[in-house]
Amino acid sequence: MSVGARRLVVGAHYGLRDWLVQRATAIVLTIYLIILGVRIALARPIDYNSWVAIFVPFGMKVATLIAFVALAYHAWIGVRDIWMDYVRPTAIRITLQLVTILWLAACLVWAVQIVWKV
Amino acid sequence: MSARQVIRNISIADLVRYRLPVPGVLSILHRISGALMFVLLPLTLWLFDLSLRSESSYQQVRQATDGWFVKAILAALTWALLHHLVAGIRYLLLDLDLGVDRRTARGSAWTVLAVSLPLSLWAALIIFGVL
Repeated sequence: MSVGARRLVVGAHYGLRDWLVQRATAIVLTIYLIILGVRIALARPIDYNSWVAIFVPFGMKVATLIAFVALAYHAWIGVRDIWMDYVRPTAIRITLQLVTILWLAACLVWAVQIVWKV
Repeated sequence: MSARQVIRNISIADLVRYRLPVPGVLSILHRISGALMFVLLPLTLWLFDLSLRSESSYQQVRQATDGWFVKAILAALTWALLHHLVAGIRYLLLDLDLGVDRRTARGSAWTVLAVSLPLSLWAALIIFGVL
Protein backbone atom coordinates (compact mmCIF):
# COMPACT_ATOMS: atom_id res chain seq x y z
CA MET A 1 0.00 0.00 0.00
CA SER A 2 1.51 3.24 -1.09
CA VAL A 3 0.94 6.49 0.75
CA GLY A 4 2.01 9.42 -1.40
CA ALA A 5 4.32 8.96 -4.36
CA ARG A 6 7.27 7.36 -2.61
CA ARG A 7 6.25 5.87 0.67
CA LEU A 8 5.58 2.14 0.71
CA VAL A 9 3.51 1.48 3.83
CA VAL A 10 3.41 -2.20 4.74
CA GLY A 11 2.74 -2.24 8.47
CA ALA A 12 5.86 -4.26 9.14
CA HIS A 13 8.12 -3.49 12.06
CA TYR A 14 11.76 -4.28 11.68
CA GLY A 15 14.72 -4.07 13.93
CA LEU A 16 16.13 -4.84 17.30
CA ARG A 17 14.36 -2.32 19.51
CA ASP A 18 11.00 -4.09 19.81
CA TRP A 19 12.77 -7.42 20.20
CA LEU A 20 14.67 -5.98 23.14
CA VAL A 21 11.60 -4.28 24.62
CA GLN A 22 9.71 -7.57 24.51
CA ARG A 23 12.48 -9.23 26.55
CA ALA A 24 12.71 -6.31 29.00
CA THR A 25 8.95 -6.24 29.56
CA ALA A 26 8.97 -10.03 29.99
CA ILE A 27 11.47 -9.67 32.83
CA VAL A 28 9.41 -6.86 34.40
CA LEU A 29 6.27 -9.01 34.26
CA THR A 30 8.07 -12.05 35.71
CA ILE A 31 9.39 -9.99 38.63
CA TYR A 32 5.93 -8.50 39.22
CA LEU A 33 4.32 -11.96 39.22
CA ILE A 34 6.85 -13.11 41.82
CA ILE A 35 6.12 -10.04 44.01
CA LEU A 36 2.37 -10.55 43.63
CA GLY A 37 2.67 -14.28 44.33
CA VAL A 38 4.64 -13.65 47.53
CA ARG A 39 2.17 -10.97 48.67
CA ILE A 40 -0.80 -13.26 48.02
CA ALA A 41 0.93 -16.09 49.89
CA LEU A 42 1.58 -13.78 52.85
CA ALA A 43 -1.99 -12.42 52.81
CA ARG A 44 -3.68 -15.79 53.12
CA PRO A 45 -6.43 -16.59 53.88
CA ILE A 46 -7.71 -14.43 51.02
CA ASP A 47 -10.94 -12.56 51.63
CA TYR A 48 -12.01 -9.13 50.42
CA ASN A 49 -10.05 -7.17 53.04
CA SER A 50 -6.78 -9.07 52.72
CA TRP A 51 -7.06 -9.00 48.91
CA VAL A 52 -7.56 -5.21 48.79
CA ALA A 53 -4.77 -4.69 51.33
CA ILE A 54 -2.31 -6.14 48.80
CA PHE A 55 -2.90 -3.21 46.42
CA VAL A 56 -3.25 -0.41 48.96
CA PRO A 57 0.46 0.48 49.50
CA PHE A 58 1.68 3.18 47.11
CA GLY A 59 4.64 1.05 46.06
CA MET A 60 2.33 -1.81 45.06
CA LYS A 61 0.14 0.56 43.04
CA VAL A 62 3.18 1.84 41.18
CA ALA A 63 4.48 -1.71 40.63
CA THR A 64 1.06 -2.85 39.37
CA LEU A 65 0.79 0.04 36.92
CA ILE A 66 4.34 -0.46 35.66
CA ALA A 67 3.41 -4.12 35.15
CA PHE A 68 0.32 -3.10 33.16
CA VAL A 69 2.37 -0.74 30.96
CA ALA A 70 4.86 -3.57 30.40
CA LEU A 71 1.95 -5.93 29.65
CA ALA A 72 0.44 -3.57 27.07
CA TYR A 73 3.77 -3.07 25.27
CA HIS A 74 4.58 -6.79 25.47
CA ALA A 75 1.14 -7.76 24.16
CA TRP A 76 1.39 -5.19 21.37
CA ILE A 77 4.63 -6.71 20.05
CA GLY A 78 3.27 -10.26 20.31
CA VAL A 79 -0.10 -9.56 18.70
CA ARG A 80 1.58 -7.43 16.03
CA ASP A 81 3.79 -10.43 15.20
CA ILE A 82 0.67 -12.56 14.77
CA TRP A 83 -0.88 -10.03 12.35
CA MET A 84 2.42 -9.73 10.48
CA ASP A 85 2.66 -13.50 10.12
CA TYR A 86 -0.89 -14.36 9.08
CA VAL A 87 -2.59 -11.30 7.57
CA ARG A 88 -1.32 -10.52 4.11
CA PRO A 89 -3.49 -7.68 2.75
CA THR A 90 -1.70 -4.56 3.93
CA ALA A 91 -4.79 -2.45 4.56
CA ILE A 92 -6.37 -5.12 6.77
CA ARG A 93 -3.10 -5.72 8.60
CA ILE A 94 -2.58 -2.04 9.39
CA THR A 95 -6.20 -1.70 10.47
CA LEU A 96 -5.84 -4.67 12.84
CA GLN A 97 -2.60 -3.21 14.19
CA LEU A 98 -4.24 0.14 14.86
CA VAL A 99 -7.22 -1.53 16.54
CA THR A 100 -4.80 -3.54 18.69
CA ILE A 101 -3.00 -0.36 19.80
CA LEU A 102 -6.25 1.47 20.59
CA TRP A 103 -7.63 -1.57 22.40
CA LEU A 104 -4.51 -2.00 24.53
CA ALA A 105 -4.42 1.73 25.27
CA ALA A 106 -8.05 1.54 26.44
CA CYS A 107 -7.25 -1.47 28.63
CA LEU A 108 -4.32 0.44 30.10
CA VAL A 109 -6.54 3.40 31.02
CA TRP A 110 -9.03 0.94 32.54
CA ALA A 111 -6.22 -0.67 34.58
CA VAL A 112 -5.07 2.72 35.87
CA GLN A 113 -8.60 3.51 36.96
CA ILE A 114 -8.98 0.13 38.71
CA VAL A 115 -5.71 0.33 40.61
CA TRP A 116 -5.91 4.00 41.55
CA LYS A 117 -9.36 3.69 43.10
CA VAL A 118 -8.18 1.17 45.69
CA MET B 1 25.82 -23.66 -11.64
CA SER B 2 23.43 -25.84 -9.70
CA ALA B 3 19.76 -24.98 -9.50
CA ARG B 4 18.84 -22.93 -6.52
CA GLN B 5 17.12 -24.88 -3.77
CA VAL B 6 13.41 -24.21 -3.74
CA ILE B 7 12.04 -23.58 -0.24
CA ARG B 8 8.30 -23.58 0.09
CA ASN B 9 6.01 -23.20 3.05
CA ILE B 10 4.03 -26.26 4.09
CA SER B 11 0.37 -26.14 3.17
CA ILE B 12 -2.39 -26.30 5.73
CA ALA B 13 -3.21 -29.91 4.83
CA ASP B 14 0.37 -30.90 5.76
CA LEU B 15 -0.20 -29.85 9.36
CA VAL B 16 -1.76 -33.18 10.37
CA ARG B 17 1.20 -35.28 9.32
CA TYR B 18 3.90 -32.72 10.03
CA ARG B 19 6.14 -34.02 12.82
CA LEU B 20 6.80 -30.85 14.75
CA PRO B 21 9.69 -31.25 17.22
CA VAL B 22 8.98 -30.42 20.88
CA PRO B 23 10.61 -26.96 20.70
CA GLY B 24 8.27 -26.24 17.77
CA VAL B 25 5.26 -27.39 19.79
CA LEU B 26 6.41 -25.07 22.55
CA SER B 27 6.72 -22.23 20.08
CA ILE B 28 3.18 -22.51 18.74
CA LEU B 29 1.81 -23.01 22.27
CA HIS B 30 3.60 -19.80 23.24
CA ARG B 31 1.74 -17.98 20.52
CA ILE B 32 -1.61 -19.63 21.34
CA SER B 33 -1.27 -18.92 25.07
CA GLY B 34 -0.28 -15.32 24.38
CA ALA B 35 -3.20 -14.78 22.01
CA LEU B 36 -5.56 -16.37 24.54
CA MET B 37 -4.45 -14.01 27.29
CA PHE B 38 -4.80 -11.06 24.90
CA VAL B 39 -8.32 -12.08 23.93
CA LEU B 40 -9.33 -12.67 27.56
CA LEU B 41 -7.75 -9.45 28.84
CA PRO B 42 -11.16 -7.74 29.21
CA LEU B 43 -12.43 -10.65 31.34
CA THR B 44 -9.32 -10.45 33.52
CA LEU B 45 -9.67 -6.69 33.95
CA TRP B 46 -13.39 -6.97 34.63
CA LEU B 47 -12.85 -9.58 37.35
CA PHE B 48 -9.91 -7.58 38.75
CA ASP B 49 -12.10 -4.45 38.86
CA LEU B 50 -14.99 -6.23 40.61
CA SER B 51 -12.69 -7.98 43.07
CA LEU B 52 -11.29 -4.67 44.33
CA ARG B 53 -14.25 -2.31 44.09
CA SER B 54 -16.26 -3.31 47.16
CA GLU B 55 -17.12 -6.13 49.50
CA SER B 56 -20.31 -6.89 47.57
CA SER B 57 -18.66 -6.77 44.14
CA TYR B 58 -16.00 -9.13 45.54
CA GLN B 59 -18.82 -11.57 46.28
CA GLN B 60 -20.07 -10.97 42.72
CA VAL B 61 -16.74 -12.34 41.46
CA ARG B 62 -17.27 -15.44 43.56
CA GLN B 63 -20.72 -15.81 41.99
CA ALA B 64 -19.58 -15.01 38.44
CA THR B 65 -16.87 -17.66 38.68
CA ASP B 66 -19.17 -20.29 40.11
CA GLY B 67 -20.25 -21.99 36.86
CA TRP B 68 -18.18 -24.75 35.26
CA PHE B 69 -17.87 -22.81 32.01
CA VAL B 70 -16.25 -19.77 33.61
CA LYS B 71 -14.12 -22.09 35.73
CA ALA B 72 -12.94 -23.82 32.54
CA ILE B 73 -12.05 -20.45 31.01
CA LEU B 74 -10.15 -19.47 34.15
CA ALA B 75 -8.33 -22.81 34.11
CA ALA B 76 -7.37 -22.24 30.45
CA LEU B 77 -6.23 -18.72 31.31
CA THR B 78 -4.11 -20.05 34.17
CA TRP B 79 -2.55 -22.61 31.86
CA ALA B 80 -1.83 -19.86 29.32
CA LEU B 81 -0.11 -17.72 31.93
CA LEU B 82 1.93 -20.60 33.38
CA HIS B 83 2.94 -21.90 29.97
CA HIS B 84 3.85 -18.45 28.68
CA LEU B 85 5.85 -17.72 31.84
CA VAL B 86 7.83 -20.96 31.96
CA ALA B 87 8.40 -21.17 28.19
CA GLY B 88 9.29 -17.46 28.22
CA ILE B 89 12.06 -18.03 30.77
CA ARG B 90 13.44 -20.73 28.44
CA TYR B 91 13.40 -18.25 25.54
CA LEU B 92 15.26 -15.66 27.61
CA LEU B 93 17.96 -18.26 28.33
CA LEU B 94 18.12 -19.18 24.62
CA ASP B 95 18.55 -15.47 23.82
CA LEU B 96 21.60 -15.52 26.10
CA ASP B 97 22.92 -18.40 23.94
CA LEU B 98 22.33 -20.86 26.78
CA GLY B 99 21.20 -24.34 25.75
CA VAL B 100 21.01 -23.63 22.04
CA ASP B 101 22.32 -27.03 20.85
CA ARG B 102 19.61 -29.42 19.73
CA ARG B 103 19.90 -31.92 22.57
CA THR B 104 19.70 -29.32 25.33
CA ALA B 105 17.00 -27.33 23.55
CA ARG B 106 14.83 -30.45 23.27
CA GLY B 107 15.51 -31.36 26.88
CA SER B 108 14.61 -27.89 28.11
CA ALA B 109 11.44 -27.91 25.99
CA TRP B 110 10.35 -31.13 27.72
CA THR B 111 11.29 -29.56 31.06
CA VAL B 112 9.00 -26.59 30.35
CA LEU B 113 6.08 -28.97 29.74
CA ALA B 114 7.01 -31.03 32.80
CA VAL B 115 6.79 -27.87 34.91
CA SER B 116 3.89 -25.99 33.32
CA LEU B 117 1.46 -28.89 32.85
CA PRO B 118 1.45 -30.25 36.45
CA LEU B 119 1.24 -26.68 37.77
CA SER B 120 -1.72 -26.01 35.46
CA LEU B 121 -3.40 -29.22 36.59
CA TRP B 122 -2.87 -28.22 40.22
CA ALA B 123 -4.34 -24.75 39.52
CA ALA B 124 -7.29 -26.29 37.67
CA LEU B 125 -8.03 -28.60 40.61
CA ILE B 126 -8.04 -25.56 42.92
CA ILE B 127 -10.27 -23.60 40.52
CA PHE B 128 -12.77 -26.46 40.33
CA GLY B 129 -12.73 -26.83 44.11
CA VAL B 130 -11.28 -30.33 44.13
CA LEU B 131 -8.35 -29.23 46.26
